[in-house]
Amino acid sequence: MPRLPIIKTPKVLVGGAFIRSESGRVFPLRSGAGAAVANIPQCTRKDLRNAVELAAKAGPGWARRTPYNRGQILYRIGEMLESRVAEMTDALCWTRRGSAGRAAAAQEVSQTIDRLVHYAGWADKYEQLLGSVNPVAGPFFNFTVTEPMGVVGLIAPAEAQLLGLVSLIAPAVVSGNTVVALASEQNPYPAIVLGELLATSDVPGGVVNLLTGFQRELVPSFATHAHLRAITAVVGPDHARTLGLGAAESVKRLKVLPAGDVDFGDNAAQGLSWIRALVECKTTWHPIGA
Amino acid sequence: MNAARHSTGLGWRQAFGPVDAVGVEERVAKYTTRSIKKASKLWGLRCAVSMVDLTTLEGKDTPGKVASLCRKALRPHEGEDIPPVAAVCVYPAMVRHARRHVRGTSVKVASVATAFPSGQAPLRTRLAEVKAAVGDGADEIDMVINRGAFLAGEFGRVQDEIAQVVAACGPATLKVILEVSELETYDAIRHASFLAMAVIRPGDFIKTSTGKTGLNATLANNQVMLDAIRDHYLETGVAIGMKPAGGIRTAKQALQFLVAVKETLGDAWLTNTRYRFGASALLNDLLRQIEKERQGCYQAPWNFSDATEAY
Repeated sequence: MPRLPIIKTPKVLVGGAFIRSESGRVFPLRSGAGAAVANIPQCTRKDLRNAVELAAKAGPGWARRTPYNRGQILYRIGEMLESRVAEMTDALCWTRRGSAGRAAAAQEVSQTIDRLVHYAGWADKYEQLLGSVNPVAGPFFNFTVTEPMGVVGLIAPAEAQLLGLVSLIAPAVVSGNTVVALASEQNPYPAIVLGELLATSDVPGGVVNLLTGFQRELVPSFATHAHLRAITAVVGPDHARTLGLGAAESVKRLKVLPAGDVDFGDNAAQGLSWIRALVECKTTWHPIGA
Repeated sequence: MNAARHSTGLGWRQAFGPVDAVGVEERVAKYTTRSIKKASKLWGLRCAVSMVDLTTLEGKDTPGKVASLCRKALRPHEGEDIPPVAAVCVYPAMVRHARRHVRGTSVKVASVATAFPSGQAPLRTRLAEVKAAVGDGADEIDMVINRGAFLAGEFGRVQDEIAQVVAACGPATLKVILEVSELETYDAIRHASFLAMAVIRPGDFIKTSTGKTGLNATLANNQVMLDAIRDHYLETGVAIGMKPAGGIRTAKQALQFLVAVKETLGDAWLTNTRYRFGASALLNDLLRQIEKERQGCYQAPWNFSDATEAY
């Protein structure tokens, strides 16, 4: 008798646990050929609220870790992804067709691993470049150091469903921020798999929280949630406007990357400027001789 | 005195009956499924604010910390429509400091006494502590029962001690802390509730916990005590108040406790003269949710005076 295969229920990683949406809703993920292949959690603003609470709880512990340790953990995510290349490539291929699509997916996974290693390297080095000792006309040491902003909201691009998402997460968490990220609506399955490998990569629960669902439902709540200190979003003009208005009202730092403008495969989509965008500078005056 | 006085051995079980543990837990699980939105939610949140006993019970309490607690109690948040809380709850040594700040307002000074939280001191010491706190100006006394005596089966002694504390309180309202986590079973919680209610006065309270042990107020413990209060009221006509304390941190939990009160005791208990929350973190979450209802967007904790550790 043929064996019935067991199909995995997609769940998202929030606060170190795998959850369905509190609403119980799901939406079908359709393959390139149009067939429904999985039911993805359709997260709501309440899931966002819960995720932000959990991210805030995880924040102080994550920020207190040594930069060296955060680098090790980012590198570990890369290691785990390397060992699941085939699974991740399959996940990307749900919505891509043909051998060209498969080759592109495999390349995207490799680039994602490289990106994680890139930021793992930055972990204990960016402070030397962003911090400074400042010359002042008085008997003081004056120095500037960076601090993480807090809970950061991320809205991932529709395309580059893995590389785009990780390119937003890594520069945020490397400095001690915690994140709540909304995955690509078009194919959220790589984010589901990413959650599974984050949970086994020594990343403390709550540091990276992944939501799946619709931008039209969640972007307004991202925009106005006062507990989010900053948002980096790859969205179209309508959502960019919503985010701009909400961010102004709740005084948060907003970086909108117009959808389609950023090539995440490019080296310009990584580097120090991405880390600097999500830290605050603290300047201290310390009397000389005291 | 009524039949509850000095019941010992298995006699109390016939007098009050055992608690249906499975039934209680199923019933309270239902409370968490009520959908309370918009206007009724706002009403519930404001009602909960007015029921808070804003508490600081730490070895590191200072007059300055108590002063800022009192300011928070009198005016929890900007805006006209947020009521002051019911009381501030402090250690006896802090009563006179608290008194100075809330005199002439609706906010009461509550003091824990009787060798809180363990109660492990000679009775005369405990009574002296109660008298000292009342003398310093405490409006309300939160006492702990003698759990050691209760668990050893000396129910009469437990009850006599409560009666002596009642006498020592004079005009002050008394809240009797059963410390449910140390009573082990629902039956014992119900029994202890009746022991206390038989000797306290109308308007006095029974209270779940000290907040100093692992397990604190839960919906189920609260329900067992509310049921006892209802049965006592139907039997004697004496209305006793209830105060869950410890572990109630979120507005959502507070609303669930209010649902329990409404559905067990009715609207007459939805007032701070008959129901209180012993809490410190709860108030800020209530304010945060009120502000969320008002502004329509989720609020950050640093706008509500617990910014120090907020991330």
